Amino acid sequence: MSRAQPLIVGAGPAGVRAAETLAKAGLRPLVVDEAPACGGQIYRQPLVKDGRDAHDLYGSEAEKAERLHRAFAALSGRIDHLPRALVWNLRDGRADIAVDGVNRTVNYDGLILATGASDRVLPVPGWTLPGVFTLGGSQVALKGQGCAIGRRVVFAGTGPLLYLVAWQYMKAGVRVVAVLDAAPLSAKRNLLGGLALYPAIILRGARFAAELKLRGVMLRHGISDLSFEGKDRVVGVRWREKGRENYLSCDAVGYGLNLRPETQLADLAGCAFIFNERDRVFVPQREPSGRTSVRGVYVAGDGAGIAGADAAELAGERAALALLEDRGLQHAAGRAAELELELARISRFRDVMEAAFPFPAHWAATVADDTVVCRCEEVTAGTLRSCVRDFALDEINRLKAVSRVGMGRCQGRFCGASAAEILAAETGRSVAAVGRLRGQPPVKPVPLTLIPREAAE
Amino acid sequence: MSLFQRIARQDHAPVPFMLDGKPCEGREGDTLLTAILTNADKVRVSEFSGAPRAGFCQMGACQDCWVTLADGERVRACTTPLAPGMHILTGASA
Repeated sequence: MSRAQPLIVGAGPAGVRAAETLAKAGLRPLVVDEAPACGGQIYRQPLVKDGRDAHDLYGSEAEKAERLHRAFAALSGRIDHLPRALVWNLRDGRADIAVDGVNRTVNYDGLILATGASDRVLPVPGWTLPGVFTLGGSQVALKGQGCAIGRRVVFAGTGPLLYLVAWQYMKAGVRVVAVLDAAPLSAKRNLLGGLALYPAIILRGARFAAELKLRGVMLRHGISDLSFEGKDRVVGVRWREKGRENYLSCDAVGYGLNLRPETQLADLAGCAFIFNERDRVFVPQREPSGRTSVRGVYVAGDGAGIAGADAAELAGERAALALLEDRGLQHAAGRAAELELELARISRFRDVMEAAFPFPAHWAATVADDTVVCRCEEVTAGTLRSCVRDFALDEINRLKAVSRVGMGRCQGRFCGASAAEILAAETGRSVAAVGRLRGQPPVKPVPLTLIPREAAE
Repeated sequence: MSLFQRIARQDHAPVPFMLDGKPCEGREGDTLLTAILTNADKVRVSEFSGAPRAGFCQMGACQDCWVTLADGERVRACTTPLAPGMHILTGASA
């Protein structure tokens, strides 16, 4: 009997390059992706053509986006692609995939997880109000749907995406009221260290900030005590800066603090995890090749640890080469070494970026008791603190069992990190010591009526 | 008052749909989230506090934009394309 086909989860930069590399070696991978078309979040394609060209959509990254889309289109006939499909469970070398209300169970031989990332968010008062979206979400609205999240928009949080999205909105003709960066201006000096590694990226970021300023957008650094105000929708933003309180009215907010990897499937695949101190998050343990602790399972791209789109393309290719090698097939060892060298360089650059846009580590100690931490189950910071005290909890899954934090529909994607920060602060332990939320199938909601494929045929 | 402001696709074919019993219009290429938020300022209410919500991540991760269709089917607004004649219920009776 012939071997089962390799499975690639995700058709962003990492998944596409992995598929390309496997196809080139004569394998026929199955690529499963939730989106209707390839590109991931960064090179997301609009649902229908809308008159905007690649430059309008992707700016300086237009060529990369087009190259990736073309590379994937060229694989047609040599791979199997399941768009609009969700891998919701992994068990014993089999994947359960929900597609069009039908469940398909496929056996795979070799699994590359290229599951990407979403915004890292720390809850602040008012973050559940209509009109408040993540930075990534603000970008999706613009790129994928040709919509702005509002008419007078504030962007807040920290990270390179903060400036990029604000700049993209300004370029699209939307009124950007302010860019509020939680990182102190002094942290930006770290960016000088990035000049030697990737000068073009640093200079592009500087240009975004300069152009925003030139167009009269308020830029603030070192802001704290951020809150979004309003009753039925957001009407303003309040923050402190140099000891003074500030308020601006607006009708929408894009908010985020860098990114967090999507790791649930690696967990279900049985991969060991390690704590990444730089990103304050548990990630699948992996070799530079993308090999995990489980034989035949590889991780690549932001889902394996945040490194950005360029790194994702390289890591996708690298993981595919590892899969080929492990299958005893011919693989380009020289190319593999080259890719690892470049990925190591990008990782050093990530160190610089994290220093320039640091995680606001004091958040857990300062977040008010009445702030909702878990937006699914509406669990507040105060509830978490009293659960920790009343039940003498010191582990995150126990906190989940007692408080329901992370038990809602998002499975802790948006509250897990902040709940761990609060638990760590309350118990005086490190974030690594309080553990991580275990992944549970289904990794995202699927209908109870999901029909087994055999019954549907 | 709508939350979203259209930048592109204003000239695309209108797609009629119903929102909580009220006739509305989206555009070809809209997701449900876009169709709702170019007409209204919330997509659902929290089942705990009753507070209004309008989604958050827009990429199928946060699960904060699930709506019910009149036939009882539940769908995630940010990843579901709008189809003509859909009747979307936000769960808000107002």
